[in-house]
This record gives sequence, structure tokens and C-alpha cells, in this order.
Amino acid sequence: MAELGPVLEVLLGGLMSGVLYSLVALGFVLIFKASGVFNFAQGAMVLFAALSLVRLAEWLPFALALLLTVAIMIAVAWAIERLVLRPLVGQHGLILFMATIGVTFFLDGFGQTIWGSNVYQLDLGIPSTPWFLLEGLFPGGILVSPVDVFATVIAGSLVLALSIFFHGTRIGRALRAVADDHQAAQSVGIPLNQIWLIVWSTAGIVALVAGMAWGSKLGVQFSLSLVALKALPVLILGGLTSIPGAIVGGLVVGAGEKLAELYIGPSIGGGIEYWFAYVLALAVLLVRPQGLFGEKIIERV
Amino acid sequence: MLATADPATATAPLARRRRAIGEVLLAVENISLRFGGVRALSGVSFDIRKGEIRAIIGPNGAGKSSMLNVINGFYHPQEGRIVWKGEARPRMRPHEAAKGGIARTFQNIALFKGMSTLDNIMTGRILKMRASFLEQALWIGRGRSEELRERAFVERIIDFLEIQHIRHTPVGKLPYGLQKRVELARALAMEPELLLLDEPMAGMNLEEKEDMCRFILDVNEEFGTTVALIEHDMSVVMDISDRVVVLDYGRLLADGTPDEVRNDPAVIEAYLGVTHG
Repeated sequence: MAELGPVLEVLLGGLMSGVLYSLVALGFVLIFKASGVFNFAQGAMVLFAALSLVRLAEWLPFALALLLTVAIMIAVAWAIERLVLRPLVGQHGLILFMATIGVTFFLDGFGQTIWGSNVYQLDLGIPSTPWFLLEGLFPGGILVSPVDVFATVIAGSLVLALSIFFHGTRIGRALRAVADDHQAAQSVGIPLNQIWLIVWSTAGIVALVAGMAWGSKLGVQFSLSLVALKALPVLILGGLTSIPGAIVGGLVVGAGEKLAELYIGPSIGGGIEYWFAYVLALAVLLVRPQGLFGEKIIERV
Repeated sequence: MLATADPATATAPLARRRRAIGEVLLAVENISLRFGGVRALSGVSFDIRKGEIRAIIGPNGAGKSSMLNVINGFYHPQEGRIVWKGEARPRMRPHEAAKGGIARTFQNIALFKGMSTLDNIMTGRILKMRASFLEQALWIGRGRSEELRERAFVERIIDFLEIQHIRHTPVGKLPYGLQKRVELARALAMEPELLLLDEPMAGMNLEEKEDMCRFILDVNEEFGTTVALIEHDMSVVMDISDRVVVLDYGRLLADGTPDEVRNDPAVIEAYLGVTHG
């Protein structure tokens, strides 16, 4: 049995990287809820956002670069919705999914063509030296990375903002209505096109936040696009339609893979961190296909 | 407005009462609708007058639901036009129809299943709300006053339809009859000039049907809402409607008062399969 101090450290580190998974998963959930599209390009949008920001920040003051990137992401989201998915409205879900895979490759390539394909440092002005917490309680304290803390705070505020948006405003109510039933939503006067545009733009902004958090941790580079793959087990765990599910799912995956590495890893030779989440997701899928928080779909017969 | 006394008021218990039937609110002119090679509607014309209860009946597959979908803009006909309050509305989309004052319910209940009864009905007020995004999010200024005002309005509808006890229940959990009622409530929350009801009593037991009949009549009489409804139950149709349109295979078979329609040989043939001569 490991000492409590290091275990807490691992747990905390896991939870905080879990928040980062949640951020990516959130983008998936937003779009899936409102339009039924499983947008595989969310990861590519994360990369594109981070690349745009980091390259623009080389030329412009950071705040301006950030604003401009928000505008770019809204434009990208708008273009994907308008040019790719709108013409496919009413098609089978799998076809929409394939279309977003196409968009993924396009965005990955296009982004690196215009912004470059090196590894770029995204400096958000956060100290890189780790903090040591609770040094009085545990020998050596608990090591915490400021970048992780920053990402957690940002993700937390984003989730808070989104839940106020969804539950406190007319647009939020309209969004939930559209998510539940397109026809009924239209019949009470909600214009679907506008709502989809809002949702995609929001997903674009969420991608930007995720890109900032991941980019400052790993550097902005092609592999950012692959964080989408890490969001998949989170989505399976939390359910595709639940925002709290994306958060809890991220935390469970983040903490789970680190703890699994700590406890189970040594006995089977380590490296468990990289696939643990997928096994966990598979297990959940077998027991509870709709995820922990997803809506169970009951067909009336 | 022209006040016409309805001739056949005397007998039935849920009888057609004296109603003020006014000018033409919506005219359906020579509508043809095709899906690929299938003709859903062929050259159908009729009108709906202000203040009346207008029934659309016909056998399965006659094009009744298609007709409603054309009226509120889900389908766009290849030929013909819809004239709404004297103005032709080409390619009107559903949310535009809603803005123009047309509300509807659906044959297979289209509610927002994850939301409570109250939230479902509140969506009917979306078009009435004007506060800015920030005011709503922060619950200040117009955001707050507006939400309270609309909430009060919705509460009146909840009282009217006697669904106080399920105010906070997620509608997915409600029994069928109550879901139908919530759907009606949501449509009423829009304060529509024209209310389209697609089989409002389908799948209901007798008691629920009587309740629904009463609500439709009350809505029509108290709010002066014009109602167009599709219904299979003939006794209901004959009891509550002022005029009846009969469709068969996408064509207009008959159009008139319940008595006229009931005695129309073509209608009798379509419904009972009686051949003449």
C-alpha cells in the first residue's frame, strides 16, 4: 500500500487531467445534444483553435489574438455547419459521422498548412515550477502543476457559464427544446438554423478553451487533434447527451487511469494508463449502454 | 365581424354553441403535394374562417396530416398556395408560421421529454420574450421581469387545463392522455390565432376524450381561437365542429356543415364502401 501523500498527489493529478478530457468531451456533447451529429472533428477544432491562437499571438497582443481566434472558431464552426452538415440534414447518423471524419482530416491539414506544423509553445504566463501543497501534513507535500490548476479553473468556469446559458436563458431553453425534438421546437417558433449556428459556435469556443489548456500543457502540435480519442471513453462513461456526464466522466477517466497505473500497473508491467480508459468504457458499455448520465431511450410499443 | 348563428345547436350534449364566425383566416388554394412519385395531396382547396372549429377528416392515408404540415410550413407544396390573413405565404417555414400566429400539436406527441411540464409550456412563450441574453443569464432587468410575467401567463394556462399537479414532472414520465394535454398547453401558450390539432383524442379513453373535447370548446369560446383539427372519432367531429372537410386519397371529397357532410353520398361511400346503382 502506497503512502497517502503520493496517492493523493496521483489522484489530484488524475482529476485535473480528467478536467481536460471533460473539456473536449463537452464539445461533443453540445453538438450531439442539439443536432444529433457526433462531431468527430471536435479534436481537429481543438488543434485548429490552439494553432490559430499561438501563431496570432506571435504578431498581436495576446488579448487581441484571443479575440480574433474566437472569431475564427465561430467562422469555422459556421462553415462546417453550413457547408457540410446542412446539406446532409435528414441523412442517417452514420453518414453525418463520416462527414465529420472528412472534416477532421481537412481541418488538421488545412490548419497546419496555414499556421505551420512545428511544435509551438503556448505561454499563458503561468509559472511552470510546481507548487507543493500541505507540506505540513505529508513529507515533501503534494506536488501540483499550476498549469493543471489553471486548466481546472478555466474548465470549471466554462461549465458554470454553460449551465447558466442552458438553464437560465431563453436561448438555452430553445437549445434544450431543439435537442429534444426538432419538429416540436420549430412549431413553437424556434428557428433551427440559428440554434445550430449558436451550438456550433459554442462548440468552437469550447474547442478553443480546450486547445489553450492542452496546448499550454503539451505544446501546440498535431497530437492535440488526438485528444478527441481520449474524449471517447469519457463520452461512453458519461453519456453522449449529458453535460454533467461529460464532467464526471472526465474526472473518472482521469483519476481512474492514474490510480490504475499506480495500483495495477506494477503487477502487469506498467503502461496501463494508455488503455485503461477504454477498458473502463467497454465495461460501462456492456452494463449501461446509455452511460452513467445518458438518457435511456425507451421506445413505446 | 359577421355573427352567424349556428343552425344545429339544439341537440347534442357537447353541442356546437352559438359562435361568431368571421372572415376567412386561412385559405388553402389548389394545393398539390408530391413525395417523389406519390401524390399526397391533389388540388385541394378550402378555407378556415375566424372563430370556427374546422375538422379535417378522411380515411387513413387521405392526406390529412400532410395538409396540416403544409399549413404550418413543414412541407412546401409543388402547386397551389396558402393565403394567411389575406396574404400569400410562399415557402413559409414552421418558425415563421409560429411567429405569424399558427400553433399546432402532433399526432405522435412531440414534447420535450427531458423537460418538466412547466418548461415545456414555457417554450411556447419563447417568441414573446425580448430580454437580452445577458439580462436573462444574470436574472436582472427585463430578464427577470419578463420571466416572471411569462411564468404567470403559463400558470393561467396550467390552471385552465387542470394540470397543476404535474407542473414539475418531466413529461416523459406522464401518461399518454396528460402528455396530449401538455402539448395542447404548449400550443396555447403561444396565444395562437389558429390552432392546428392533429388527432388530439387519438388513443384516449372515453373520459379523457370528453375532457379534451371540453378544453377545445372552451379554448374556442373563451379565447376566440380558431381551431382546425384532424380526428377519427366521428361522434366527436360531428359534435364540436362547425364545418368539416373530407379528404380521400389526397383529394377533396366534401366540404360543409357536419350534417351536410354526413349525408353526402360520396362521403358515405368512402367511409362505408357502399356502392350506388
